[in-house]
Amino acid sequence: MNDVLREVAARAGAWMRGEGPMHEIVISSRIRLARNIRGYTFLTRAHDASVRQEICDTLLAAIKRAEVLKEFVHVDVNALDEIDRGMLVERHLISKQHAEASGARAVVFDRVESAAIMVNEEDHLRIQVMRSGLQLDEAWEQINRIDDGIDTRVDYCYHEQFGYLTACPTNVGTGIRVSVMLHLPALRLTSELEKVGQAAKDLKLAVRGLHGEGTEALGDFFQISNQITLGRSEEEIIDDFRSQIIPQIVKYEKMAREALVKSRSYALDDKIWRAIGLLQNSRLMSSNEAMQYLSHVRMGLHVGRMKDIDLQTINELFLQTQPAHLQKLQGSRLNGEQRSIARAEYIRSRLSRN
Amino acid sequence: MGLCERCEKAQATFHLTNIHPSGEKSERHLCERCAVEEGFLSQHKPSINVNEYIETFLTTTKASKAAVHLVCDECGLSFVEFRNQGLLGCAHDYDAFREELVKLLQRAHDGATHHVGKAPRSLGVTRTTQQDIQKLKKQLDDAIAGEDYERAAQLRDRIRVLEGE
Repeated sequence: MNDVLREVAARAGAWMRGEGPMHEIVISSRIRLARNIRGYTFLTRAHDASVRQEICDTLLAAIKRAEVLKEFVHVDVNALDEIDRGMLVERHLISKQHAEASGARAVVFDRVESAAIMVNEEDHLRIQVMRSGLQLDEAWEQINRIDDGIDTRVDYCYHEQFGYLTACPTNVGTGIRVSVMLHLPALRLTSELEKVGQAAKDLKLAVRGLHGEGTEALGDFFQISNQITLGRSEEEIIDDFRSQIIPQIVKYEKMAREALVKSRSYALDDKIWRAIGLLQNSRLMSSNEAMQYLSHVRMGLHVGRMKDIDLQTINELFLQTQPAHLQKLQGSRLNGEQRSIARAEYIRSRLSRN
Repeated sequence: MGLCERCEKAQATFHLTNIHPSGEKSERHLCERCAVEEGFLSQHKPSINVNEYIETFLTTTKASKAAVHLVCDECGLSFVEFRNQGLLGCAHDYDAFREELVKLLQRAHDGATHHVGKAPRSLGVTRTTQQDIQKLKKQLDDAIAGEDYERAAQLRDRIRVLEGE
Protein backbone atom coordinates (compact mmCIF):
# COMPACT_ATOMS: atom_id res chain seq x y z
CA MET A 1 0.00 0.00 0.00
CA ASN A 2 2.92 2.33 0.72
CA ASP A 3 3.94 2.04 -2.92
CA VAL A 4 0.50 3.17 -4.01
CA LEU A 5 0.69 6.26 -1.83
CA ARG A 6 4.28 7.08 -2.74
CA GLU A 7 3.25 7.00 -6.35
CA VAL A 8 0.22 9.19 -5.56
CA ALA A 9 2.36 11.81 -3.78
CA ALA A 10 4.74 12.24 -6.70
CA ARG A 11 2.10 13.11 -9.29
CA ALA A 12 -0.75 15.55 -9.64
CA GLY A 13 -4.24 14.15 -10.07
CA ALA A 14 -5.96 14.83 -13.39
CA TRP A 15 -8.24 17.38 -11.78
CA MET A 16 -5.21 19.48 -10.78
CA ARG A 17 -3.86 19.87 -14.30
CA GLY A 18 -5.32 23.29 -14.97
CA GLU A 19 -7.31 22.19 -18.02
CA GLY A 20 -10.92 22.34 -19.08
CA PRO A 21 -13.41 25.17 -19.60
CA MET A 22 -12.71 28.38 -17.64
CA HIS A 23 -9.62 26.73 -16.08
CA GLU A 24 -7.94 30.11 -15.52
CA ILE A 25 -10.44 30.75 -12.76
CA VAL A 26 -12.25 27.46 -12.14
CA ILE A 27 -9.76 25.10 -10.51
CA SER A 28 -12.01 22.08 -10.19
CA SER A 29 -15.55 20.73 -10.36
CA ARG A 30 -16.58 18.09 -7.85
CA ILE A 31 -19.77 16.17 -7.23
CA ARG A 32 -20.39 13.82 -4.35
CA LEU A 33 -23.28 11.51 -3.54
CA ALA A 34 -24.08 10.30 -0.02
CA ARG A 35 -25.50 6.76 0.19
CA ASN A 36 -26.36 4.28 2.92
CA ILE A 37 -27.14 0.61 2.52
CA ARG A 38 -30.13 -1.28 3.85
CA GLY A 39 -29.85 -3.75 6.66
CA TYR A 40 -27.42 -1.73 8.80
CA THR A 41 -27.82 1.23 11.12
CA PHE A 42 -26.11 4.45 10.10
CA LEU A 43 -22.57 4.78 11.42
CA THR A 44 -23.67 7.05 14.26
CA ARG A 45 -25.33 3.97 15.82
CA ALA A 46 -22.74 1.41 14.71
CA HIS A 47 -20.98 1.48 18.08
CA ASP A 48 -19.66 -2.05 17.82
CA ALA A 49 -16.30 -2.18 16.01
CA SER A 50 -17.25 -5.50 14.43
CA VAL A 51 -20.38 -3.96 12.88
CA ARG A 52 -18.34 -1.14 11.35
CA GLN A 53 -15.94 -3.74 10.03
CA GLU A 54 -18.78 -5.78 8.55
CA ILE A 55 -20.24 -2.73 6.79
CA CYS A 56 -16.81 -1.85 5.45
CA ASP A 57 -16.15 -5.41 4.21
CA THR A 58 -19.59 -5.71 2.61
CA LEU A 59 -19.17 -2.46 0.74
CA LEU A 60 -15.61 -3.14 -0.37
CA ALA A 61 -16.69 -6.53 -1.68
CA ALA A 62 -19.53 -4.89 -3.65
CA ILE A 63 -17.20 -2.21 -4.98
CA LYS A 64 -14.63 -4.82 -6.07
CA ARG A 65 -17.25 -6.65 -8.09
CA ALA A 66 -18.67 -3.55 -9.78
CA GLU A 67 -17.50 -3.52 -13.39
CA VAL A 68 -17.25 0.28 -13.53
CA LEU A 69 -14.78 0.28 -10.58
CA LYS A 70 -12.50 -2.56 -11.56
CA GLU A 71 -9.42 -0.37 -12.13
CA PHE A 72 -9.76 1.30 -8.72
CA VAL A 73 -7.26 0.88 -5.86
CA HIS A 74 -8.34 0.29 -2.25
CA VAL A 75 -6.67 1.95 0.71
CA ASP A 76 -7.36 0.95 4.32
CA VAL A 77 -7.52 4.40 5.93
CA ASN A 78 -7.41 2.96 9.44
CA ALA A 79 -3.99 1.45 8.77
CA LEU A 80 -2.41 4.67 7.51
CA ASP A 81 -0.16 6.94 9.53
CA GLU A 82 -0.93 10.61 10.05
CA ILE A 83 1.15 11.83 7.10
CA ASP A 84 -0.49 9.50 4.60
CA ARG A 85 -3.94 10.40 5.85
CA GLY A 86 -3.05 14.09 5.66
CA MET A 87 -1.84 13.63 2.12
CA LEU A 88 -5.15 12.09 1.05
CA VAL A 89 -6.97 15.06 2.64
CA GLU A 90 -4.77 17.55 0.81
CA ARG A 91 -5.62 15.80 -2.47
CA HIS A 92 -9.35 15.84 -1.62
CA LEU A 93 -9.46 12.04 -1.84
CA ILE A 94 -10.80 11.85 1.71
CA SER A 95 -12.33 14.41 4.07
CA LYS A 96 -10.70 15.68 7.24
CA GLN A 97 -13.43 13.94 9.17
CA HIS A 98 -12.61 10.61 7.49
CA ALA A 99 -8.91 11.08 8.24
CA GLU A 100 -9.51 11.83 11.91
CA ALA A 101 -12.15 9.18 12.61
CA SER A 102 -11.34 5.78 14.08
CA GLY A 103 -12.39 2.24 13.27
CA ALA A 104 -12.82 0.37 9.99
CA ARG A 105 -12.91 2.74 7.04
CA ALA A 106 -11.49 2.89 3.55
CA VAL A 107 -11.13 4.89 0.38
CA VAL A 108 -11.21 3.54 -3.15
CA PHE A 109 -9.96 5.64 -6.06
CA ASP A 110 -8.72 5.42 -9.63
CA ARG A 111 -5.16 6.11 -10.78
CA VAL A 112 -5.93 9.50 -12.28
CA GLU A 113 -7.94 10.47 -9.18
CA SER A 114 -11.04 11.32 -11.18
CA ALA A 115 -13.18 9.48 -8.62
CA ALA A 116 -12.90 8.46 -4.97
CA ILE A 117 -15.30 6.52 -2.77
CA MET A 118 -15.08 6.88 0.99
CA VAL A 119 -16.44 3.89 2.90
CA ASN A 120 -17.72 4.52 6.45
CA GLU A 121 -17.50 8.28 6.56
CA GLU A 122 -20.59 10.04 7.97
CA ASP A 123 -22.62 7.85 5.62
CA HIS A 124 -21.78 4.31 4.53
CA LEU A 125 -20.70 5.61 1.15
CA ARG A 126 -19.55 8.97 -0.07
CA ILE A 127 -18.92 8.78 -3.80
CA GLN A 128 -17.00 11.68 -5.30
CA VAL A 129 -15.96 12.63 -8.83
CA MET A 130 -13.49 15.41 -9.65
CA ARG A 131 -12.63 17.28 -12.84
CA SER A 132 -10.32 20.11 -13.81
CA GLY A 133 -12.06 23.36 -14.85
CA LEU A 134 -15.83 23.66 -15.17
CA GLN A 135 -16.87 20.16 -16.24
CA LEU A 136 -19.92 19.37 -14.17
CA ASP A 137 -21.76 17.50 -16.93
CA GLU A 138 -18.84 15.12 -17.38
CA ALA A 139 -18.57 14.72 -13.61
CA TRP A 140 -22.28 13.98 -13.29
CA GLU A 141 -22.18 11.48 -16.13
CA GLN A 142 -19.33 9.57 -14.43
CA ILE A 143 -20.71 9.66 -10.90
CA ASN A 144 -24.13 8.57 -12.12
CA ARG A 145 -22.51 5.56 -13.79
CA ILE A 146 -20.51 4.68 -10.64
CA ASP A 147 -23.64 5.05 -8.49
CA ASP A 148 -25.59 2.75 -10.84
CA GLY A 149 -22.70 0.27 -10.80
CA ILE A 150 -22.75 0.04 -7.00
CA ASP A 151 -26.56 0.09 -6.99
CA THR A 152 -26.61 -3.24 -8.85
CA ARG A 153 -24.54 -4.81 -6.04
CA VAL A 154 -26.15 -3.40 -2.89
CA ASP A 155 -29.54 -2.07 -1.75
CA TYR A 156 -29.49 1.61 -0.99
CA CYS A 157 -31.64 3.17 1.76
CA TYR A 158 -34.30 4.94 -0.24
CA HIS A 159 -37.57 6.43 0.95
CA GLU A 160 -40.62 7.06 -1.20
CA GLN A 161 -41.00 10.61 0.13
CA PHE A 162 -37.51 11.61 1.25
CA GLY A 163 -35.35 9.96 -1.43
CA TYR A 164 -31.86 8.70 -0.54
CA LEU A 165 -31.60 8.63 3.24
CA THR A 166 -28.55 10.13 4.92
CA ALA A 167 -27.30 10.38 8.49
CA CYS A 168 -27.61 14.15 8.39
CA PRO A 169 -31.00 15.42 7.20
CA THR A 170 -29.28 18.30 5.40
CA ASN A 171 -28.09 15.78 2.77
CA VAL A 172 -31.29 13.82 2.31
CA GLY A 173 -33.06 13.53 -1.05
CA THR A 174 -30.50 13.48 -3.82
CA GLY A 175 -27.59 13.22 -1.37
CA ILE A 176 -25.73 15.43 -3.82
CA ARG A 177 -23.12 18.05 -3.11
CA VAL A 178 -21.77 19.99 -6.02
CA SER A 179 -18.60 21.96 -5.23
CA VAL A 180 -16.73 24.23 -7.58
CA MET A 181 -13.32 25.55 -6.54
CA LEU A 182 -12.50 29.04 -7.77
CA HIS A 183 -9.31 31.09 -7.86
CA LEU A 184 -10.31 34.71 -7.25
CA PRO A 185 -7.18 36.76 -6.55
CA ALA A 186 -8.33 39.89 -8.39
CA LEU A 187 -11.69 40.07 -6.62
CA ARG A 188 -9.82 39.76 -3.37
CA LEU A 189 -7.25 42.43 -4.26
CA THR A 190 -10.01 44.81 -5.30
CA SER A 191 -12.08 43.99 -2.18
CA GLU A 192 -15.04 42.87 -4.26
CA LEU A 193 -15.50 39.42 -2.79
CA GLU A 194 -18.87 40.36 -1.38
CA LYS A 195 -20.15 40.12 -4.96
CA VAL A 196 -19.43 36.41 -4.77
CA GLY A 197 -21.15 36.10 -1.42
CA GLN A 198 -24.22 37.89 -2.68
CA ALA A 199 -24.46 35.85 -5.90
CA ALA A 200 -24.14 32.65 -3.88
CA LYS A 201 -26.67 33.71 -1.28
CA ASP A 202 -29.31 34.43 -3.90
CA LEU A 203 -29.12 30.81 -5.02
CA LYS A 204 -28.80 29.50 -1.45
CA LEU A 205 -25.28 28.24 -2.06
CA ALA A 206 -22.46 28.17 0.49
CA VAL A 207 -19.01 29.72 0.06
CA ARG A 208 -16.20 27.99 1.88
CA GLY A 209 -12.42 27.61 2.01
CA LEU A 210 -10.10 25.17 0.31
CA HIS A 211 -10.94 22.06 2.27
CA GLY A 212 -14.67 22.46 2.60
CA GLU A 213 -16.71 22.79 5.74
CA GLY A 214 -15.16 24.64 8.63
CA THR A 215 -12.08 25.82 6.74
CA GLU A 216 -11.00 29.31 5.83
CA ALA A 217 -10.25 30.51 2.37
CA LEU A 218 -6.53 30.20 1.72
CA GLY A 219 -4.55 32.00 -0.91
CA ASP A 220 -7.57 33.34 -2.77
CA PHE A 221 -9.27 29.96 -3.27
CA PHE A 222 -12.98 29.61 -2.65
CA GLN A 223 -15.36 26.73 -2.88
CA ILE A 224 -19.00 27.20 -3.82
CA SER A 225 -21.41 24.39 -2.99
CA ASN A 226 -25.12 23.69 -2.80
CA GLN A 227 -26.93 23.31 0.50
CA ILE A 228 -30.32 22.21 -0.75
CA THR A 229 -30.54 18.51 -1.58
CA LEU A 230 -34.28 17.86 -1.27
CA GLY A 231 -37.01 18.86 -3.72
CA ARG A 232 -34.73 19.65 -6.63
CA SER A 233 -33.33 17.13 -9.08
CA GLU A 234 -29.62 16.54 -9.58
CA GLU A 235 -29.79 18.19 -12.99
CA GLU A 236 -31.51 21.30 -11.62
CA ILE A 237 -28.93 21.65 -8.85
CA ILE A 238 -26.04 21.24 -11.30
CA ASP A 239 -27.62 23.71 -13.68
CA ASP A 240 -27.51 26.50 -11.07
CA PHE A 241 -23.74 26.18 -11.15
CA ARG A 242 -23.23 25.53 -14.83
CA SER A 243 -25.44 28.19 -16.30
CA GLN A 244 -25.85 30.68 -13.49
CA ILE A 245 -23.45 31.27 -10.67
CA ILE A 246 -20.10 30.08 -12.00
CA PRO A 247 -20.16 31.98 -15.32
CA GLN A 248 -21.26 35.05 -13.37
CA ILE A 249 -18.40 34.88 -10.85
CA VAL A 250 -15.90 34.09 -13.61
CA LYS A 251 -17.08 37.22 -15.38
CA TYR A 252 -16.60 39.33 -12.21
CA GLU A 253 -13.09 37.96 -11.68
CA LYS A 254 -12.14 38.59 -15.31
CA MET A 255 -13.43 42.16 -15.08
CA ALA A 256 -11.47 42.70 -11.88
CA ARG A 257 -8.31 41.31 -13.55
CA GLU A 258 -8.80 43.59 -16.56
CA ALA A 259 -9.38 46.58 -14.32
CA LEU A 260 -6.16 45.84 -12.42
CA VAL A 261 -4.14 45.53 -15.63
CA LYS A 262 -5.63 48.72 -17.00
CA SER A 263 -5.58 51.08 -14.06
CA ARG A 264 -3.28 49.61 -11.41
CA SER A 265 -0.66 47.80 -13.44
CA TYR A 266 2.24 48.90 -11.22
CA ALA A 267 0.56 47.64 -8.10
CA LEU A 268 -0.40 44.41 -9.87
CA ASP A 269 3.09 43.83 -11.30
CA ASP A 270 4.61 44.54 -7.92
CA LYS A 271 2.45 41.85 -6.30
CA ILE A 272 3.29 39.31 -8.99
CA TRP A 273 7.03 39.99 -9.18
CA ARG A 274 7.47 40.23 -5.44
CA ALA A 275 5.73 36.90 -5.15
CA ILE A 276 8.05 35.15 -7.59
CA GLY A 277 11.05 36.82 -5.96
CA LEU A 278 10.05 35.48 -2.57
CA LEU A 279 9.32 32.01 -3.94
CA GLN A 280 12.71 31.87 -5.67
CA ASN A 281 14.76 33.22 -2.78
CA SER A 282 13.20 32.53 0.61
CA ARG A 283 14.87 30.25 3.13
CA LEU A 284 11.82 29.76 5.35
CA MET A 285 8.27 29.62 4.07
CA SER A 286 4.99 28.68 5.76
CA SER A 287 2.30 26.94 3.74
CA ASN A 288 -0.07 29.93 3.95
CA GLU A 289 2.65 32.19 2.63
CA ALA A 290 3.44 29.78 -0.19
CA MET A 291 -0.25 29.61 -1.14
CA GLN A 292 -0.50 33.39 -1.28
CA TYR A 293 2.59 33.88 -3.46
CA LEU A 294 1.76 30.96 -5.74
CA SER A 295 -1.71 32.45 -6.12
CA HIS A 296 -0.28 35.79 -7.29
CA VAL A 297 2.11 34.11 -9.70
CA ARG A 298 -0.70 31.98 -11.11
CA MET A 299 -2.73 35.11 -11.78
CA GLY A 300 0.35 36.83 -13.26
CA LEU A 301 0.78 34.01 -15.76
CA HIS A 302 -2.90 34.01 -16.70
CA VAL A 303 -3.07 37.76 -17.30
CA GLY A 304 0.15 37.66 -19.30
CA ARG A 305 2.22 39.89 -16.98
CA MET A 306 4.76 37.12 -16.48
CA LYS A 307 5.91 34.51 -18.99
CA ASP A 308 9.01 32.50 -18.15
CA ILE A 309 7.50 30.41 -15.40
CA ASP A 310 5.87 27.06 -16.11
CA LEU A 311 2.19 27.16 -15.17
CA GLN A 312 2.05 23.41 -14.59
CA THR A 313 4.87 23.68 -12.03
CA ILE A 314 2.93 26.38 -10.19
CA ASN A 315 -0.23 24.24 -10.18
CA GLU A 316 1.71 21.28 -8.76
CA LEU A 317 3.39 23.38 -6.09
CA PHE A 318 0.02 24.32 -4.59
CA LEU A 319 -0.33 20.70 -3.64
CA GLN A 320 3.22 19.61 -3.02
CA THR A 321 4.02 22.40 -0.58
CA GLN A 322 1.21 21.44 1.78
CA PRO A 323 2.42 19.90 5.05
CA ALA A 324 1.65 16.22 4.50
CA HIS A 325 2.86 16.19 0.88
CA LEU A 326 6.06 17.92 1.84
CA GLN A 327 6.78 15.33 4.53
CA LYS A 328 5.87 12.48 2.21
CA LEU A 329 8.21 13.79 -0.49
CA GLN A 330 11.01 14.29 2.07
CA GLY A 331 10.36 10.83 3.43
CA SER A 332 10.38 11.94 7.06
CA ARG A 333 8.32 13.58 9.77
CA LEU A 334 9.18 17.27 10.14
CA ASN A 335 8.27 19.87 12.73
CA GLY A 336 6.95 23.31 11.78
CA GLU A 337 10.32 24.99 11.31
CA GLN A 338 11.80 22.02 9.47
CA ARG A 339 8.81 22.10 7.14
CA SER A 340 9.31 25.80 6.44
CA ILE A 341 12.95 25.14 5.56
CA ALA A 342 12.12 22.11 3.40
CA ARG A 343 9.26 23.96 1.70
CA ALA A 344 11.42 26.98 0.82
CA GLU A 345 14.15 24.67 -0.47
CA TYR A 346 11.74 22.59 -2.53
CA ILE A 347 10.09 25.64 -4.11
CA ARG A 348 13.52 27.12 -4.95
CA SER A 349 14.55 23.87 -6.62
CA ARG A 350 11.37 23.75 -8.71
CA LEU A 351 11.52 27.41 -9.73
CA SER A 352 15.26 27.85 -10.16
CA ARG A 353 16.35 30.03 -13.06
CA ASN A 354 18.80 27.77 -14.83
CA MET B 1 7.04 19.18 22.80
CA GLY B 2 7.66 15.50 23.28
CA LEU B 3 6.20 12.36 21.83
CA CYS B 4 3.12 10.69 23.21
CA GLU B 5 4.11 8.41 26.08
CA ARG B 6 1.56 5.79 25.08
CA CYS B 7 2.09 5.23 21.35
CA GLU B 8 5.49 6.94 21.17
CA LYS B 9 4.66 7.98 17.62
CA ALA B 10 2.57 11.11 17.52
CA GLN B 11 3.32 14.48 19.10
CA ALA B 12 1.92 14.78 22.63
CA THR B 13 -0.65 17.55 22.61
CA PHE B 14 -2.66 16.53 25.63
CA HIS B 15 -1.01 17.17 28.99
CA LEU B 16 -2.65 16.05 32.19
CA THR B 17 -1.51 16.67 35.74
CA ASN B 18 -3.07 14.44 38.38
CA ILE B 19 -2.99 15.61 41.95
CA HIS B 20 -3.51 12.71 44.30
CA PRO B 21 -5.17 13.10 47.70
CA SER B 22 -1.70 12.78 49.25
CA GLY B 23 -0.64 15.90 47.40
CA GLU B 24 1.61 13.91 45.11
CA LYS B 25 1.52 14.93 41.45
CA SER B 26 1.79 12.74 38.39
CA GLU B 27 1.81 13.79 34.76
CA ARG B 28 0.60 12.22 31.54
CA HIS B 29 1.56 13.36 28.05
CA LEU B 30 -0.56 11.92 25.26
CA CYS B 31 -1.38 12.54 21.61
CA GLU B 32 -4.98 13.32 20.76
CA ARG B 33 -5.69 9.80 19.56
CA CYS B 34 -4.40 8.12 22.68
CA ALA B 35 -6.16 10.68 24.85
CA VAL B 36 -9.40 9.64 23.15
CA GLU B 37 -8.60 5.96 23.56
CA GLU B 38 -7.83 6.44 27.23
CA GLY B 39 -11.10 8.23 27.66
CA PHE B 40 -9.73 11.69 28.48
CA LEU B 41 -11.18 13.32 25.39
CA SER B 42 -14.49 12.68 23.77
CA GLN B 43 -14.11 11.08 20.40
CA HIS B 44 -16.55 13.22 18.58
CA LYS B 45 -15.91 16.88 18.36
CA PRO B 46 -19.09 18.89 18.09
CA SER B 47 -20.43 17.90 14.69
CA ILE B 48 -19.02 20.23 12.06
CA ASN B 49 -21.51 18.89 9.56
CA VAL B 50 -24.54 20.41 11.10
CA ASN B 51 -25.05 23.40 8.95
CA GLU B 52 -26.46 26.64 10.09
CA TYR B 53 -30.04 25.71 9.20
CA ILE B 54 -30.00 22.75 11.50
CA GLU B 55 -28.28 24.70 14.22
CA THR B 56 -30.88 27.40 14.02
CA PHE B 57 -33.58 24.78 14.06
CA LEU B 58 -32.11 22.93 17.00
CA THR B 59 -31.61 26.00 19.09
CA THR B 60 -34.72 27.96 18.26
CA THR B 61 -37.42 25.43 17.58
CA LYS B 62 -39.08 23.76 20.44
CA ALA B 63 -40.06 20.32 19.38
CA SER B 64 -43.63 19.43 20.17
CA LYS B 65 -44.10 17.90 23.61
CA ALA B 66 -44.76 14.46 22.18
CA ALA B 67 -41.52 14.60 20.16
CA VAL B 68 -39.43 14.74 23.32
CA HIS B 69 -40.49 11.18 24.07
CA LEU B 70 -39.97 9.80 20.58
CA VAL B 71 -37.56 6.89 20.30
CA CYS B 72 -36.84 4.86 17.17
CA ASP B 73 -37.74 1.24 17.89
CA GLU B 74 -35.15 -0.02 15.39
CA CYS B 75 -31.93 1.74 16.39
CA GLY B 76 -32.94 3.10 19.81
CA LEU B 77 -32.06 6.71 19.00
CA SER B 78 -34.25 9.22 20.80
CA PHE B 79 -35.40 12.44 19.21
CA VAL B 80 -33.59 14.34 21.96
CA GLU B 81 -30.31 12.58 21.11
CA PHE B 82 -30.83 13.47 17.48
CA ARG B 83 -31.40 17.09 18.44
CA ASN B 84 -28.16 17.11 20.37
CA GLN B 85 -25.91 15.50 17.79
CA GLY B 86 -27.63 16.48 14.53
CA LEU B 87 -27.24 13.01 13.04
CA LEU B 88 -29.81 10.26 12.64
CA GLY B 89 -29.17 6.64 13.62
CA CYS B 90 -30.91 4.57 10.97
CA ALA B 91 -33.20 4.69 7.96
CA HIS B 92 -36.27 4.06 10.13
CA ASP B 93 -35.68 7.33 12.03
CA TYR B 94 -37.10 9.16 9.03
CA ASP B 95 -40.45 7.50 9.76
CA ALA B 96 -40.14 7.45 13.54
CA PHE B 97 -39.49 11.23 13.66
CA ARG B 98 -41.31 12.04 10.45
CA GLU B 99 -43.50 14.85 11.65
CA GLU B 100 -40.67 16.75 13.36
CA LEU B 101 -38.25 16.04 10.54
CA VAL B 102 -40.56 17.48 7.92
CA LYS B 103 -40.48 20.82 9.75
CA LEU B 104 -36.70 20.70 9.85
CA LEU B 105 -36.39 19.65 6.21
CA GLN B 106 -38.59 22.52 5.12
CA ARG B 107 -36.25 24.95 6.83
CA ALA B 108 -33.08 23.35 5.51
CA HIS B 109 -34.31 22.74 1.97
CA ASP B 110 -36.20 25.87 1.05
CA GLY B 111 -39.63 24.50 1.85
CA ALA B 112 -39.25 21.15 0.11
CA THR B 113 -40.83 18.04 1.62
CA HIS B 114 -40.53 15.50 -1.21
CA HIS B 115 -37.58 14.14 -3.13
CA VAL B 116 -37.31 14.97 -6.81
CA GLY B 117 -34.64 13.25 -8.87
CA LYS B 118 -32.83 9.97 -9.20
CA ALA B 119 -34.12 6.73 -7.63
CA PRO B 120 -32.35 3.37 -7.24
CA ARG B 121 -32.61 0.97 -10.14
CA SER B 122 -33.05 -1.89 -7.74
CA LEU B 123 -36.53 -0.64 -6.91
CA GLY B 124 -37.46 -1.08 -10.52
CA VAL B 125 -38.42 2.56 -10.59
CA THR B 126 -37.29 4.57 -13.54
CA ARG B 127 -37.83 8.21 -12.99
CA THR B 128 -39.85 10.09 -15.50
CA THR B 129 -40.55 13.74 -15.87
CA GLN B 130 -44.13 12.85 -15.07
CA GLN B 131 -43.16 11.59 -11.63
CA ASP B 132 -41.16 14.74 -10.96
CA ILE B 133 -44.17 16.83 -11.95
CA GLN B 134 -46.39 14.87 -9.56
CA LYS B 135 -43.97 15.47 -6.71
CA LEU B 136 -43.68 19.15 -7.49
CA LYS B 137 -47.47 19.40 -7.54
CA LYS B 138 -47.59 17.90 -4.05
CA GLN B 139 -45.08 20.51 -2.93
CA LEU B 140 -47.15 23.21 -4.60
CA ASP B 141 -50.19 22.07 -2.61
CA ASP B 142 -48.11 22.16 0.59
CA ALA B 143 -46.84 25.65 -0.21
CA ILE B 144 -50.34 26.97 -0.88
CA ALA B 145 -51.64 25.33 2.29
CA GLY B 146 -48.79 27.01 4.20
CA GLU B 147 -49.57 30.32 2.49
CA ASP B 148 -46.02 30.49 1.14
CA TYR B 149 -47.00 32.14 -2.11
CA GLU B 150 -43.49 33.07 -3.17
CA ARG B 151 -42.47 29.43 -3.12
CA ALA B 152 -45.75 28.42 -4.74
CA ALA B 153 -45.01 30.74 -7.64
CA GLN B 154 -41.54 29.23 -8.07
CA LEU B 155 -42.98 25.73 -8.03
CA ARG B 156 -45.67 26.68 -10.53
CA ASP B 157 -42.98 28.00 -12.89
CA ARG B 158 -40.95 24.82 -12.60
CA ILE B 159 -43.98 22.65 -13.26
CA ARG B 160 -44.71 24.71 -16.37
CA VAL B 161 -41.16 24.24 -17.62
CA LEU B 162 -41.30 20.48 -17.05
CA GLU B 163 -44.72 20.18 -18.64
CA GLY B 164 -43.39 21.97 -21.68
CA GLU B 165 -40.64 19.36 -22.11
